[in-house]
Amino acid sequence: MLDYVTSYLKSDATPGAAGNMLWAFIYIMLIFLGLSIAVIAMNWLERKVLAHMQVRLGPMRVGPHGLLQPIADAIKLLIKEDIMPTEADKIVFWVAPLIVVTAAFTTFIVVPFGPQHAVTDMNIGILFMLGVSSLGVLGIVMAGWASNSHYPLIGALRSSAQMVSYEIAMGLAVVSAVLMTSLHGAGIYATGGGSGMGTLSMIEIVRAQQEQQTWFAFKFFPLGLIAMFVFGVAMVAETNRAPFDLPEAESELTAGFHTEYSGFRWSLFFLAEYSAMLAVSSILVTLWLGGWLRPFPNLLTGPTWDLVFSLFPGLTFLALAGLTFFSAARMPKMRYFRVQTMGLAGFGALLGLIGLILFIPPVRDRVQDIYWFVAKVAVFMYLYIWYRGTFPRYRFDQLMKVGWKVLLPIGLGVLIVTAIVGVL
Amino acid sequence: MTDTTKYLSHLELGERDETFLDSNELIINMGPQHPATHGVLRVILKLDGEKVLGTECVIGYLHRGVEKIAENRTYAMFNPYVDRMDYVAAVSNGLGYCEAVEKLLNIEAPPRAKYIRVLLTELNRIASHQLWLGTHALDIGAITPLFYTFRDREEILKIFEKYCGARLTTHAFRIGGCQYETYDGFERDVKKFVDFVRPKIDEYEELLTTNRIWVERTKGVGVISDKDCIALGVTGPVLRASGVKWDIRKAQPYAAYSNMDFEIPTGQNGDTYDRYLVRMAEMRQSLRIISQAVEKIPEGPIMAKIPKVLKPPVGEIYHSIEAPKGELGYFIVSDGSTQPYRVRVRPPSFVNLQALDLMVRGQLVADVIAVIGTLDIVLGEVDR
Amino acid sequence: MVAKLKRQYGSGIEPLTYLGQNYMAVDRSLLPELLQVLRDEEQFDYCVDITAVHYPKREKQFDVVWILYSFPRNERIRVKTTIADGESIPSATSIWATTNWLEREVFDMFGIQFDGHPDLKRILLPDGWKGHPLRKDYGIIQQDKEWVQINLGIESGQ
Repeated sequence: MLDYVTSYLKSDATPGAAGNMLWAFIYIMLIFLGLSIAVIAMNWLERKVLAHMQVRLGPMRVGPHGLLQPIADAIKLLIKEDIMPTEADKIVFWVAPLIVVTAAFTTFIVVPFGPQHAVTDMNIGILFMLGVSSLGVLGIVMAGWASNSHYPLIGALRSSAQMVSYEIAMGLAVVSAVLMTSLHGAGIYATGGGSGMGTLSMIEIVRAQQEQQTWFAFKFFPLGLIAMFVFGVAMVAETNRAPFDLPEAESELTAGFHTEYSGFRWSLFFLAEYSAMLAVSSILVTLWLGGWLRPFPNLLTGPTWDLVFSLFPGLTFLALAGLTFFSAARMPKMRYFRVQTMGLAGFGALLGLIGLILFIPPVRDRVQDIYWFVAKVAVFMYLYIWYRGTFPRYRFDQLMKVGWKVLLPIGLGVLIVTAIVGVL
Repeated sequence: MTDTTKYLSHLELGERDETFLDSNELIINMGPQHPATHGVLRVILKLDGEKVLGTECVIGYLHRGVEKIAENRTYAMFNPYVDRMDYVAAVSNGLGYCEAVEKLLNIEAPPRAKYIRVLLTELNRIASHQLWLGTHALDIGAITPLFYTFRDREEILKIFEKYCGARLTTHAFRIGGCQYETYDGFERDVKKFVDFVRPKIDEYEELLTTNRIWVERTKGVGVISDKDCIALGVTGPVLRASGVKWDIRKAQPYAAYSNMDFEIPTGQNGDTYDRYLVRMAEMRQSLRIISQAVEKIPEGPIMAKIPKVLKPPVGEIYHSIEAPKGELGYFIVSDGSTQPYRVRVRPPSFVNLQALDLMVRGQLVADVIAVIGTLDIVLGEVDR
Repeated sequence: MVAKLKRQYGSGIEPLTYLGQNYMAVDRSLLPELLQVLRDEEQFDYCVDITAVHYPKREKQFDVVWILYSFPRNERIRVKTTIADGESIPSATSIWATTNWLEREVFDMFGIQFDGHPDLKRILLPDGWKGHPLRKDYGIIQQDKEWVQINLGIESGQ
């Protein structure tokens, strides 16, 4: 039994590939846990970052700097009365959030956090991911329909139209990235290495970038970047976030497809939205930004650089801990704030401890892939918040125009040019 | 539950083609509790998909019978009530009422009072436009300008608070002048505010004027021609954005506006974007007026000699001012007693709101929101 | 201008001035034409407001007032007519579109009927309300108790 557990740690494959069900289960649980933490953190960060962009403080009351706010919100949502409209289609109303949240979570099965840190590696990974994530629209349409009310219905219609249209642009961008896995190009576009075999597997795509010694964002410059841009825009639309948040346009449709949802069901939609954001950002990072690869793997080589880059996870946590201690030191020196200050310091100590653990060599080696992956995804999460603070909302027809008349031709063009450049 | 269809009696359908597709009209009830109707406006929309076939406004949820109250109060007692109509531009309301009653009494406020009135009214105009900008941008989906404008509006409210103790419903003026002399440092505060807010207005413009999505959302949306504006009695920035250079401050100057040097910004297309630009320019013009007024403000009494008991002779008067939202008029009939026989308020928001149907026909649902925002209505004034 | 109109319509028009503001008291029978003439020939293209005043002691109880403004002339004028309770008055909606809601409000508040109005119904008060609040015989705390009880489910709105 113990052998069954430890044998996997020595292998280099994903639990799925190694056929180790126990570790697959552990990984699923870890991803579940990590996603929940990420959504909670994202919730807090979104409020804080948005608040600071908007010259306000954001949550400050529940816990130091509002750190416990997401937890308070979660408790509030869980103990809220569960309201179902009388005229609603009960079964569909009940199933809809489950579909949305399942679709959003399932995609993470194939997300490669590292060469062996994925639940499984499918040879159709990227296809699986796009397919499952677009199942979410089914849940949204069901939610809009089942609510038996005008606003949710319009929100759902908008949502389905929007998601379906942007999926095309998204798919085209993805195909051009997949093409890059097998194409080497010539002249200034020549890239070295690689087997020359095309692949749809998420892990193999990252490996291809490693072997060709370039992130696909920079391959066939500027084709890779354009494809990434197309995907980057489409993924915002796909997840119904500002400036494409029409399905839940607050000022028009009050809350769009989830107007009639409350309490726990609503929180499932919330969870699904943030998971979907994480999922599509993961796709982007995997396809164009080298997934788990650290920056400059081919320029800054050698054991010294390896060591330097492997220290990053620990250093990040130490920096966060330092920031927390700094905040704790700046808390008002009043009796009333004593608990909060201590809590903040304790949180800092926890972060510092994690940082120190991350310096231990075996942990360090296993964790740094995950670290780079998460760091890259975090950049896109920040972008999501930034968009929301800056852009007004598109109108429905303009949204469709952007999808069909701008992104689709660009995506198609990039695909064709990539193919031509690749076989030259 | 109210049957929404019964309100649709006069919703004619525009040019409707009798195809099978057209049978799927959707009637949506927007409001009275809706985040983007700026209070308790209820709009019934007839939709074909996302396209608006017709609208009908149901108003009156905030009706308090201000005009009836006026008939049962003395002239001075009614003064605070007018602040509760357009509560974001209470100073303008007070100015209009005080001047109307002064006209009826055939007295005139002393010059210093007039200048104070101009100062506060223009400050209030900026505050009103800032609030409009924030909420309008929020409706269109830009959430950030709201906080910027509220931050800067706060400075105006601070000046009001220091001047008369109230921030929103100021009751700043009295019949015959102003009750309060300006506090020490009033001029300094106002000058400081002008210097403070001038770059801030540029900041709002930076966020929006050239923002692609903002331009796409507002250009060509809710177009109303100058002829339609006049026929519908639409006044204020909406009229000016359609190209009519008309401002009561210039056309029939009141208070101390005849001594002020300022321009009337106008637009050409009469769309939401022009109305936005006109209001932004108006804020700048208001700053210009404020800095002139604060330089020129004369010394002297702030209250005219008025009798203890206000008993205007029998007669009637109409007086109107340029409120931030348009022409705000007071029609007062006196029967020689201490109470007005009839006070009629000509509310700009009420009349402007009538244009909503014309402006949104054939456009999309999202445009209804944009147009409601750009009309700059305050339901307290619509319903009175 | 008023002289010309007086020549045209004779004794039906009485030009008046109070505190520098011009208004004319006109006979009800002249009404739709006179307003039309004011708009078309005298360029009063903007109807600022329509309102009414109630004088319960008079035989003709209501004053109906049109406040007009001319953009080209930069001039205001008020047209005033008197009608008895129950008498109707021609609507000006075909002359100035803005009078639609204004007439509805006058109807709502005073119960004056406007002939030819496309959709004359209450605007500020709820549809089923009884009484017209701005009449002098309507008390300030008066309400339509029945309506309040049925629709709001409370004893009284006071």
